[in-house]
Amino acid sequence: MSVKKVPMRDGYGEALLELCRQKEDILVLDADVSKSTRTVWVHDKYPEYFLNMGISEQDMVGTAAGLALSGVTPFVSTYCVFLCGRAWDQIRTTVCYNDLNVKFGGAHAGISVGPDGATHQALEDLALMRVLPHMTVIAPCDAVETKKATLAVAKYPGPCFLRFGREPVPVITDEDSVFEIGRANILREGGDAAVFAIGAEVYEALEAAEQLSSEGVEISVINMHTLKPLDGACIERMVRSCGAIVTAEEHQEIGGLGGAVAEYLALHCPAPMETVAVRDSFGESGDPDELMAKYGLNASAIIDAVHRVIARKAKA
Amino acid sequence: MQTEQVKAMANTVRRDILGMICRAGSGHPGGSLSTAELLTVLYFEVMNVRPEDPDWPDRDRFIISKGHGVPTLYSVLARKGFYPLDWMDGLRRLGSPLQGHPHADRVPGLDCSSGSLGQGLSVANGLALGLRRHGSQARVYCLMGDGELQEGQIWEAAMSAAQFKLSNVCGIVDWNHVQLDGTTEEIMDVGDLTKKWADFGWNVIECDGHDPDDVLRAFTAAKACTDKPSVILAHTVKGKGVSFMENKAAWHGAAPNEEQFAAAMAELDAKEA
Repeated sequence: MSVKKVPMRDGYGEALLELCRQKEDILVLDADVSKSTRTVWVHDKYPEYFLNMGISEQDMVGTAAGLALSGVTPFVSTYCVFLCGRAWDQIRTTVCYNDLNVKFGGAHAGISVGPDGATHQALEDLALMRVLPHMTVIAPCDAVETKKATLAVAKYPGPCFLRFGREPVPVITDEDSVFEIGRANILREGGDAAVFAIGAEVYEALEAAEQLSSEGVEISVINMHTLKPLDGACIERMVRSCGAIVTAEEHQEIGGLGGAVAEYLALHCPAPMETVAVRDSFGESGDPDELMAKYGLNASAIIDAVHRVIARKAKA
Repeated sequence: MQTEQVKAMANTVRRDILGMICRAGSGHPGGSLSTAELLTVLYFEVMNVRPEDPDWPDRDRFIISKGHGVPTLYSVLARKGFYPLDWMDGLRRLGSPLQGHPHADRVPGLDCSSGSLGQGLSVANGLALGLRRHGSQARVYCLMGDGELQEGQIWEAAMSAAQFKLSNVCGIVDWNHVQLDGTTEEIMDVGDLTKKWADFGWNVIECDGHDPDDVLRAFTAAKACTDKPSVILAHTVKGKGVSFMENKAAWHGAAPNEEQFAAAMAELDAKEA
């Protein structure tokens, strides 16, 4: 596949500009990383919709909670690792307990952040956000979907968390692709196994599917953009049609997509399952491609996981 | 309200606090008793609120950042008419709207849930920004404990309020010098608060937190300041009004038993006689 690559955060910035253009009652908050998160576009074009909170994530989240109490919809933007880690208690007790209409844009998630190293590679955020009552958790797969997801959460009640990476990633959806919060998108159907992927892993899963197909293995690929609420009906359908499940995410194996799907399978429809995820370790500095390979997150790792799960299905 | 009426109401609030906590068998009397005059003056003389329309958009807001001190607020809201007095009987009980730490969802007149210290001033700032954005003249009050000022987020929020010139924010510090484990001076000295808040760009007003007239003077001075946020440093006594609780860290988070409750009520009765 040869496709255009765009960073997902561009979609976030474009959506925020559109919300400003429509004069929505929003305010974009950032913690001194506005060039990275693309909220600088709002700062430059609609300064009245932008507030730089300085390097103070906890205060930023609390301020957002107050704005939401006044009826304004705040978009809280910074690096994912500082947002979800540094300000978790603020998100839990002040935003989620009050069930406030605060939207979070977590940038630079996943190991593909690259050279900045482990401190800046959020690999725990999905687990941290998924466990919170009232929270909606979304990780779009490309810039076009990020834009749609940002516009969608603006209209969706309650706290919502959006996760996106740093690197340009292939654009695999288009303006006409459907995006509905909580409804997984089946991108490809095959009966040997089903790969549920989230974020940039969706493209890796599609690459894996192409290569597997050339070997005669046909898999389904599902874009699980919404981690919470989880599309259980889609999981059950795939268990029925494929009988073998793989999850793929740029996140710890514990608590993210793999954890959520494993919970669902164990409770509702047990089936052999393999995960493609970081194995309980921190990342390190390196080129994104090198890191994706070393930590077992690229298409080749997905292919291996598919082979493993198909072998388990055969034994079952 | 006349000064004597405010004093009588504050005394009633103290009885409510002790009754609620004694019945519940747990709670935080010390830092509740210390704010009786502050919240009585605030709700009965200063704030623009409508008990019959608790969600009125232009109402003044109150954020109780020191959530453990909520019995005072529960009493004042009930006495102001936001909900029936008998709600106080259920404090901390299963199914009660009056949670151990405040949950706004279930209590008319309560503006925000809280309980994890250090977060309220940020919320107050956000509310003040939103109100200003919507053209409202409403003001936002935020009660903090002095021990709570050990939380770093308070000082992040102090910078933000000054940066954004939030003159519609009024912080209140219950400066009673006692926290759970001991005095603030021995645990983690918060130092010269007057100078600290002034250095952070705030209009600083000190008052005797148990003198209704002085408290009202402080709120009036805060409202008169239109170019920066104001903070009222209220000199208070932890456990105020019950001699055996005053200035004792042991009464930060312990409920009186029946005998202690009777002794405390007798003291409050004597004050009114």
